[in-house]
Amino acid sequence: MVQDVAQTDEIIDKYKGDKSSLIQVLLDIQHENRWLPRDALMRASQRLGIPLSQIYHVATFYKAFSLMPRGRHSVSVCLGTACQVRGAPRLLDKVTEKLEIEPGETSEDMRFSLETVNCLGCCALGPVMVVDGEYHSSPSRKELDVIADACE
Amino acid sequence: MGRLNSAAELEKLREEILTKRDPNKPCVTICSGTGCHAYGSEKVAEAFVENIKSNGLQDKVDIRRTGCHGFCEKGTLVVIFPEEICYLRVRPDDIPEIVSTTLIEKKVVDRLLYEDDDGQKITHESEIPFYKHQSRMIFGNNRLIDPTNIEDYIALGGYAALSKALSEMTPEGVMEEVKEANLRGRGGGGFPAGVKWETTRDAPGERKYVIVNADEGDPGAYMDRSLLEGNPHSVLEGLIIGAYAIGSHEGYIYVRQEYPLAVENLNIALKQARELGLLGSDILGSGFNFDVKIHRGAGAFVSGESSALMTAIEGRVGEPRPKYIRTAVSGVWDRPSNLNNVETWANVPLIINNGARWFADIGTEGSKGTKIFSLVGKVKNTGLVEVPMGMTLREVIYDIGGGIPGGKKFKAVQTGGPSGGVIPEKFLDLPVDFDELTKVGSMMGSGGMIVMDEDTCMVDVARYFINFLAGESCGKCVPCREGIHQMLKVLNRICEGESGDEDLELLDEIPEVLGDAALCALGQTACNPVLSTLRYFRDEYEAHIMKRQCPAGVCKALINYYIEPEKCQACMICLRNCPVGAIDGGKNLIHTIDQEKCTKCGTCLEVCPTRFGAVIVLSGVEVPEPVPQGTEVARG
Ligand SMILES: Cc1cc2nc3c(=O)[nH]c(=O)nc-3n(C[C@H](O)[C@H](O)[C@H](O)COP(=O)(O)O)c2cc1C
Ligand code: SF4
Ligand code: SF4
Ligand code: FES
Ligand code: FES
Repeated sequence: MVQDVAQTDEIIDKYKGDKSSLIQVLLDIQHENRWLPRDALMRASQRLGIPLSQIYHVATFYKAFSLMPRGRHSVSVCLGTACQVRGAPRLLDKVTEKLEIEPGETSEDMRFSLETVNCLGCCALGPVMVVDGEYHSSPSRKELDVIADACE
Repeated sequence: MGRLNSAAELEKLREEILTKRDPNKPCVTICSGTGCHAYGSEKVAEAFVENIKSNGLQDKVDIRRTGCHGFCEKGTLVVIFPEEICYLRVRPDDIPEIVSTTLIEKKVVDRLLYEDDDGQKITHESEIPFYKHQSRMIFGNNRLIDPTNIEDYIALGGYAALSKALSEMTPEGVMEEVKEANLRGRGGGGFPAGVKWETTRDAPGERKYVIVNADEGDPGAYMDRSLLEGNPHSVLEGLIIGAYAIGSHEGYIYVRQEYPLAVENLNIALKQARELGLLGSDILGSGFNFDVKIHRGAGAFVSGESSALMTAIEGRVGEPRPKYIRTAVSGVWDRPSNLNNVETWANVPLIINNGARWFADIGTEGSKGTKIFSLVGKVKNTGLVEVPMGMTLREVIYDIGGGIPGGKKFKAVQTGGPSGGVIPEKFLDLPVDFDELTKVGSMMGSGGMIVMDEDTCMVDVARYFINFLAGESCGKCVPCREGIHQMLKVLNRICEGESGDEDLELLDEIPEVLGDAALCALGQTACNPVLSTLRYFRDEYEAHIMKRQCPAGVCKALINYYIEPEKCQACMICLRNCPVGAIDGGKNLIHTIDQEKCTKCGTCLEVCPTRFGAVIVLSGVEVPEPVPQGTEVARG
C-alpha cells in the first residue's frame, strides 16, 4: 500500500539508505505497524538494494519480527528462568486457556496476540504477565478474567 | 553548558555543579528501574511531584528518578537524602504521609522501613542486611543518579578517569593498567580484557572497532539492562577509554530491542556527552576522536556470540562463524573489533581512577574485582547484588538473599544461564569466582543466579534450558541443531513418563558429541544443564524413569492431585474454582477429585486454605480410592 511505502521511505531516509541498517529499518517498520507488511518489505528491498529473499531471511531469523498482523492487545508471559521456577508454565496454561490462542498466535477477532518472553527485569513479581505494558504479578484465574474483559 | 576543551575545564564544571548543589537540601529519589516500574513507581513519582507542590515545597525539595537500586523485591523504593532514609514497598497512597512526616516534620514513617527478622526497624539503606554485605563499586551509583542528566554522573566524579587517561596516560599505559588489574570479561567466558585489547590494537588495519555487548541473552538475568538504564555514562566512559588504548575511533553499542529504556537513556547519554565534547572529535582537547552508534538487536540468543554479533552489526543474519579467525583481528567488516560486555566496560573507569593494584586487591587469585548477580528464583530478597569475587554462595544466598522463602528447603542454585549448570547444597561454601564455578560443572556466565527449592524438579530444569536452546540454535551446524533436539526429545520422554532405561545412556552420550563437534559455544556448552543435573541429581532422573515419579511434584504427567479426606473441611472453594468441574462435593461433604476429568492445572492446591492443606500432590504412588460420594465431614 501507498502508506507502507511512504512510511518505509521515511524510515530508510533516517538511515541514509545505508544497506547495513537493514535490521534497524525492519525494527522501525515493525515498531510502527506491529508487524512487517509485505509492501514495506518490497520497498525496503528496492531502496536498500537487498534481495527480498535476504530480507525474509533476516525477518524470519529474529524473534522481534512478525510477518502477520498482530492483535490490538499484546499479552506476554515471561518464561525467564526465575519465572519458570516460580510457576510460569502454569500461568501460561491459564492464559492460553483464557485467550484460546497459543504463544505466537493472534486471535481471529484480532483482539489479542500472545507471546512468551524472557526475563523482563522484574523477577521479584514472578511469574509475570504483561498486557499492553501493564505488569501483572502471578494473576489468578479471576484476575485474568478481569484483565481480559478490560481489553476491547 | 558548552564544550569542554581540557581536563581542567571538566574539573571546573564539576566544581560548578557541586557548588550549585546544596548537600543538605532534601532530595527524594524514586527508583524507576524495571522492577519498581512494574510495581507502579511512576504513580509514586507523580504523587510526590503533586504533594510536594501542594505543600509549597517545590523549591525546597529535589525529586530524582533513578535506575534500579537492586532491592527489587521491595519496590517501589524511595530514599530520602541527606538522611538516606529508605522506604520500601511505597505505594502512591503513602506519599502524603511521607511528605508531611518526613519532609515537613523531619520524622521517620516507621511502617515503611525495613524490618529485620527480630522486628527491628532499619532506617538507612546501607544498614539493611541486603545491602550491608555487598560491595557496590559499579552498581552503587545507580541510586544516586538520574540517568538522563549527565551532571549527576559528573558530580560523582564521572569522566575523571577518561580525562586522566587522555591527559596523563599513553594508550600503552592504559592498556598495561587494565592488563595488570587482570580484568576478566563479565559476559561469560572470563577472558582477560587487556589481552584482547592488545590483540585488536596490534592487528593490522587502520579502522578498528570497540563494541559493547548488551544483548544479555541469559533468560534469567537483568544486570546489564539495569546498569545501562541506570548509569549509561559509566559504560560509555569505559568504552571511550578502551577505544583510546586500542586506537579505535568508532564504536558500537549492541543493545537488544527488548530494552527500549536502555536505548532511550543511551541516546540521551550520547547526546549529552557529545555536547560536552566528551565524545566526538578532539575529546577534551586531547586530539583523540571517537564516536559511537547504537545497534538494536532483534532478538536471537546466538547473536550475543561475538562473531554472530558482528555480522548482525553489518545488517545480516547473526550466525556464528568458526573461531579460527578471531574477531579481535577480523570482526565487523573484517576489521579488528574488540567486544566486551557491559559490566566489563563499566569496570574500566574504576581501574583507571584507582589503579590496577587497588583493583587487584579485591577478589581472589584468579578473579579480580566484583561481580553483579541477578539473585532470583526461590529466594527471599530477589534483586541485583554486587559482591567481591570469592564470596561464598552461602553468603550471597543467605546473608544477602535472606534464604529460601516459605520455610522450604534449598535444593540447588543455577549459574551461568543456558551454558551453565546447577550447584547442589554440598557446595554452598564454594567461593564464587570464574574458576571455582567451572570446577563444579557450572560457570560464572554473565551473572544469573537462580535459587531453587525442594519444589523444583531438576529434570524439568534441564528440559527448560534445553528447550530454550533448541529454539535458539541457529541451525547452521548439524551437531547442535540435531543434538539439542534429540536431548530435548529424551527429556520430554522422561518428564512425560514415557522413558526407557536407554534414555539415561543417550543423555550421557549426546553431550560428548556436541561438545566436540558444535561450531560455537552455544552448541558446545548446551549439554551443561543436562550434565550438571545428571551429576548431582541422578536419583531424580532415575525416579522419573524407573518409578514414574517426579519427586518434586512438578512433571504433570507423573503427578495426581488428591484431596485428603480427613483434612477436607468442605469449604467448597476448590470445587468452585476447578475450571473443568473435576471436583465432586457439596455442603458438609468430603470433596473428591475425578482423576479422569482433572487436567492437573493445580488450581485446587493453590486455593485450598493453608490452614486446611487438604489438597496434596501424589507422585509414583497409586491414587487411593476416593471416599464414597456423599460422605459427610466428621467435625470433632
Ligand atoms: C550463544 C552465546 C550467547 C552469548 N550472549 C552474550 C550476551 O548476551 N552478552 C555478553 O556480554 N556476552 C555474550 N556471549 C559471550 C560473547 O561471545 C563474548 O565472549 C563476550 O561478549 C565478550 O565480552 P567479555 O570478554 O567482556 O565478557 C555469548 C556467547 C555465546 C556463545
Ligand atoms: S553450535 Fe548451534 S548455534 Fe552455534 S553455529 Fe552451530 S548450530 Fe548455530
Ligand atoms: S488440578 Fe485443576 S483440574 Fe484437577 S481437580 Fe484441581 S482444580 Fe480441578
Ligand atoms: S524471569 Fe520473568 S521477570 Fe525475570
Ligand atoms: S527496579 Fe527498583 S530496586 Fe530494582
